[in-house]
Amino acid sequence: MSARPGELPRWIDIGLLPILNVLMALMVAGIIVAAIGADPLSAIGFLVQGAFGSGYAWGYTLYYATSFIFTGLAVAVGFHAGLFNIGGEGQAYIGGLGAGLVALAFDHLLPAPVLLPLAILGAALFGAGWAIVPAWLQAYRGSHIVITTIMFNFLASALMVYLMVDVLIDPGQMTAHSRAFESTAWLPSMREALAWVGIDMPDSPLNLSLLWALGCCVLVWLFVWRSRPGYEMRATGLAPRAALYAGIRPARVTLLAMAISGALAGSVGVNEILGLQHRLLLDFVAGAGFTGIAVALMGRNHPFGIVLASLLFGALYQGGAELAFEIPTITRDMIITIQGLIILFSGALAYMNRPWVERLYLRLRADPAKTEAVHG
Amino acid sequence: MDDLFALTLSTLAATIRLATPLILCAMAGLLSERSGVIDIGLEGKMLAGAFAAAVVAAVTGSAAFALLAALLVAVLLSLVHGFACITHRGDQVVSGVAINIIAAGMTVVLGNAWFGRGGSTPDLSPDQRFMPLHLPGAAALRDVPVIGPLYADVVSGHSLLTYLAVLLVPLVWFLLYRTRFGLRLRAVGEAPAVVDTAGISVVRLRYTGVMLAGLLCGLAGTFLAIAQNAAFQREMTAGRGFIALAAMIFGKWRPWPAFFACLLFGFLDAVSIRLQGVVLPGIGTVPVPLIQALPYILTVVLLAGFIGKAMAPRALGTPYVKER
Repeated sequence: MSARPGELPRWIDIGLLPILNVLMALMVAGIIVAAIGADPLSAIGFLVQGAFGSGYAWGYTLYYATSFIFTGLAVAVGFHAGLFNIGGEGQAYIGGLGAGLVALAFDHLLPAPVLLPLAILGAALFGAGWAIVPAWLQAYRGSHIVITTIMFNFLASALMVYLMVDVLIDPGQMTAHSRAFESTAWLPSMREALAWVGIDMPDSPLNLSLLWALGCCVLVWLFVWRSRPGYEMRATGLAPRAALYAGIRPARVTLLAMAISGALAGSVGVNEILGLQHRLLLDFVAGAGFTGIAVALMGRNHPFGIVLASLLFGALYQGGAELAFEIPTITRDMIITIQGLIILFSGALAYMNRPWVERLYLRLRADPAKTEAVHG
Repeated sequence: MDDLFALTLSTLAATIRLATPLILCAMAGLLSERSGVIDIGLEGKMLAGAFAAAVVAAVTGSAAFALLAALLVAVLLSLVHGFACITHRGDQVVSGVAINIIAAGMTVVLGNAWFGRGGSTPDLSPDQRFMPLHLPGAAALRDVPVIGPLYADVVSGHSLLTYLAVLLVPLVWFLLYRTRFGLRLRAVGEAPAVVDTAGISVVRLRYTGVMLAGLLCGLAGTFLAIAQNAAFQREMTAGRGFIALAAMIFGKWRPWPAFFACLLFGFLDAVSIRLQGVVLPGIGTVPVPLIQALPYILTVVLLAGFIGKAMAPRALGTPYVKER
């Protein structure tokens, strides 16, 4: 590679450059907003107000962020192993199916403290199962994971349409959704949970999944940076041939990474199905899988960065909905556009700014005494 | 018997119509990927092209201007892809995903701001569109048994863009396998270092491949918006770009096999529309979602090496770094 890493201090590489990329994406978005005749600054005002202006707004923002943390972590785990998992959307869909099937099967039989962990496990296992097929095909049959996970998104969608319309539909209903779960399968909302400790919070879709998402952040951090298989995964991602030479089996790494990635994506089902909808239905993932790509790229595949990026996207989703009320020319699709721009600038063009920042930095530091050290 | 014949004819005609955007996009993907640049962004470029065509047709009333606008917009997106992947050696899949998402968002944002119809564009009148062409003699030959209806209903009666799409297959084949440019384009997808050593610019070749792909995606978008339909609707490509990608892979990155894969996938699409709710004796209700999922299943099975071996261009997805 032409740009040798390590020539720049860490604060530029993991601080300044990523922020610069996101700013460029937001600037392009601002230009688009201005081009359709709206005022970008007042749009930002409405957005921030809509996302953080009340307890209710916070609830929605954090509810969206919860799903994005799951899918962002899923994409990040894949990236660490050198795999691009575009299949988060389908894995989340099937994960929701897993949670829903457990709930539908046992909600009359088991009490909540037993049922909910089982349903959460169901979401993770179904998500992992949906991811492990493309992983196996890549590891042992040589098909490319990007293409197969794209295909599996469509397959998940077709499977769910079939199941919801023909099999799981609530008899006597016209719309394709299952019967509602008994309350034993309802993950408590944050309002209920906070009421137990005496805090009053306005009603919102936010539920205890947020805590599970944050728990997953810690688990992912421990796994990726503090465990042996995590080390093997990163080694394979950074230098596949060196890892192979060191005795790491790439096929096993691929399977493990994708299983974990799929389990994380599948956990979106916990937030949407167990936490909010309390029944199985169509299209509940609503693009969260793709948002996860932007979140992981923006958060530089680190759980801390992913939480921050998820919060930003949660705010964009919630604030965007409010913004659409205030300025009708800006629909929520503007948020999709911003998401795409962030993937472009933080992902595909991640190193565009590095050369000139590097030159600028070296020039600023180039007083004679230090030139030697910089070039040495 | 007559009913069955009529049904066969209408299914075949629908197959060709539904395969048109697939053929155009598959040829687009082929040209880009043969030069070594992955093109996940077929869907987005087609969508943006469709939007541009519908907007310009609605504003100027000219189908020709609409086509030009679609080509321009799709090529611009290709240039973004090239800028990210060729110039800055960014990840080609990430860039393609970005283009798809930007196109999905921007078309609706702009459409809604300009026309206020929730992302759709105004309906077009026939003179603003590419309408079905009636080939010479179609009406006269209709009464000839078998061949007459086949010619009149299946071969004739498609838009100019459909005929162009079919014509493009031998053209792409000729370009790739019988011209110096094609040889170099294929070489740059297999072994860019060798091409570079011969003193030919890898960057220029790859940009050419990527931009040709943009042109063809623009054609596909134009077909969707102002030939097959009479307006743009949000997300009207509905995954066709990915089906085309699947067809290209199914055809092992070669024009003719990719063309037949497009016809097969178009046929499955046409059949699944006709079988909606049909009950067949002995089978019961036809599982339409299964038929719709078949292109994806077939592609996965093929990629897994169970139907021959899919041979991707060797340098596909790897940015070229000149050795210092």
